Amino acid sequence: MKILICISKTPDTTSRIAFKDGNTKFEENGVQWIINPYDEWYALVRAIELKEKDPSTVLHLVTVGAADCEPVIRKALALGGDEAYRVNTQSDDSFYIATQIFEVAKQGNYDLIFTGKETIDYNGSSIGGMVAEMLSMPYISLATKFDLNGSTAVVAREIEGGEEVCEVALPVVVSCQKGVAEQRIPNMRGIMSARTKPLKVVEPAAAEALTNITSYELPPVKAGVKLVGADNVAELVRLLHEEAKAI
Amino acid sequence: MSVLIFIDQAEGHVKKASLEALTYGGDLAKQTGTTAEAMVFGTVAEDLTALGRYGISKVHHVSSAALDHFDAQVFANVIAKVVEETKATVVVFSHNQTGKAVAPGVAAAVKAGIVTGAVALPDISNGFVVKKSVFSGKAFANVNISSEIKIISLNPNSYKTVAGKGMAEVIELNVPVPESKIKITAVSKVSGEVPLTEADIVVSGGRGLKGPENWGILEDLAHTLHAATACSRPVADSHWRPHHEHVGQTGVQVAPNLYIALGISGAIQHLAGVNRSKTIVVINKDPEAPFFKAADYGIVGDVFEVVPKLTEEIKKMQAAS
Ligand SMILES: Cc1cc2nc3c(=O)[nH]c(=O)nc-3n(C[C@H](O)[C@H](O)[C@H](O)COP(=O)(O)OP(=O)(O)OC[C@H]3O[C@@H](n4cnc5c(N)ncnc54)[C@H](O)[C@@H]3O)c2cc1C
Ligand SMILES: Nc1ncnc2c1ncn2[C@@H]1O[C@H](COP(=O)(O)O)[C@@H](O)[C@H]1O
Repeated sequence: MKILICISKTPDTTSRIAFKDGNTKFEENGVQWIINPYDEWYALVRAIELKEKDPSTVLHLVTVGAADCEPVIRKALALGGDEAYRVNTQSDDSFYIATQIFEVAKQGNYDLIFTGKETIDYNGSSIGGMVAEMLSMPYISLATKFDLNGSTAVVAREIEGGEEVCEVALPVVVSCQKGVAEQRIPNMRGIMSARTKPLKVVEPAAAEALTNITSYELPPVKAGVKLVGADNVAELVRLLHEEAKAI
Repeated sequence: MSVLIFIDQAEGHVKKASLEALTYGGDLAKQTGTTAEAMVFGTVAEDLTALGRYGISKVHHVSSAALDHFDAQVFANVIAKVVEETKATVVVFSHNQTGKAVAPGVAAAVKAGIVTGAVALPDISNGFVVKKSVFSGKAFANVNISSEIKIISLNPNSYKTVAGKGMAEVIELNVPVPESKIKITAVSKVSGEVPLTEADIVVSGGRGLKGPENWGILEDLAHTLHAATACSRPVADSHWRPHHEHVGQTGVQVAPNLYIALGISGAIQHLAGVNRSKTIVVINKDPEAPFFKAADYGIVGDVFEVVPKLTEEIKKMQAAS
């Protein structure tokens, strides 16, 4: 069993979001970078659990990004990846990133490709579906449970207004979210061994970016809360009905 | 140039989020001086000609029963064929669970630039720039699409549905449907309740409610308002409520008209899932709770006293109006 896990780096969830250069660039000053939580807690940890059950499993990681991604990919190796690929390029365009992952995936003959549900900075929820299409593999999005039964994947996934369980023969691309696994902390042995695990840098394949970010905006600031006394609930109902027209 | 909108249906009925996508696509066609057409798959119970009210002229229907079950790979394949057939240059989806599963595959199949989570019509004065939500609702990015075919998936609840007059022509399309590799073995729909991502009003509870046995007051309020129920992450983690109710950065992201937070502190990761709500009401006994900074209306008080009163007052208001 060979699994490819797509790892991206994102600002820590508590980072202050600010922009510079006339709102055209994200202000990275003071930002702490982490592994995108969906990639780490769910996709990677589930893959590690599958390897614990079947030690012949091989876990490859791929990230598309510049050299500043390396601390994050080392942490993913410390948690339990076997080796990593970094495609040495930087882009915000989903089609471009997916093409790079496709190129790596094509060469590795993977049985299973895991992505996170979305990156918490760009919120694209796109890479998994694109890579699946490029590889002509089935795609199961928004998985909440993942199991293997021989060479069949048994997956629970979120659908409109509920959940379904489905079965599909490998290979398959799966995007992971809450439910698939639980967060883990890397241990000392993992951290030590991560230093010597292979992290291969590959140059990007020729591909076009089909989109580009022209600027950013922050949402308008709220006017401030209107407080109503706890003994005057009727007044809140009146405000919601007449002023906010919300009920 | 023409606009093609994907209509998501379940059990034969068109989803509310798809009506928003239709209105959006219709307005986009008007803006660009072209026509809007829609596509729908599988067995449909509704009168499709009536969808003309949302500004579309044609509905392309692929009726194959094989499409009654959703498979992202199969749908992407069929949609790509419809895009080719109709020579569409902009394809619109709703950014709901179905759209998230299928729109990226279509983008890869037809080599289209894609913007997901769009919140407004594109600005076409200089390129084709779509505003989308980024950083989990904490900011917006304006993204230019430069490819010939463009794909937009629209955030639910961010574009108002407008029904006017008009009838759409329904065209039965005969498109070959590839066989699905996925076998669905069980489906559990949240029945009898309002689906969280589609709800106009959401009533949400946090650790301040102390335990699952106290959810009755929240459910009464939700019932009175025809609202969906939600919760903070620790509440779902402690199994007080089912995990599909958990909103926030790592849970469901919602953008209702009204979000009522009961006994929730308003941590940044919680806000990331709810800060696109139009109006936010916070009831918390701690005046320093960070949620008040993100709220429009608030009551500093004990949920166990305030919430039953609130339900009572709403019932009075409803009876009077
Ligand atoms: C990476 C990461 C991701 C996360 N993702 C999410 C997420 O997606 N969603 C999420 O919700 N959280 C998330 N969290 C957790 C988040 O940081 C908070 O811990 C959580 O939201 C707190 O939940 P709470 O407000 O219910 O509980 P608490 O923080 O314990 O707050 C309870 C509140 O209830 C009030 N209260 C108590 N008794 C009463 C009473 N009788 N009447 C009125 N008010 C009362 C208190 O004043 C307090 O403000 C995440 C955390 C991390 C680190
Ligand atoms: N630059 C990247 N390198 C590797 N994987 C990525 C990258 N960007 C996104 N992914 C993967 O694709 C998932 C969805 O990302 P997105 O479509 O950008 O929301 C993430 O959770 C990652 O697993």
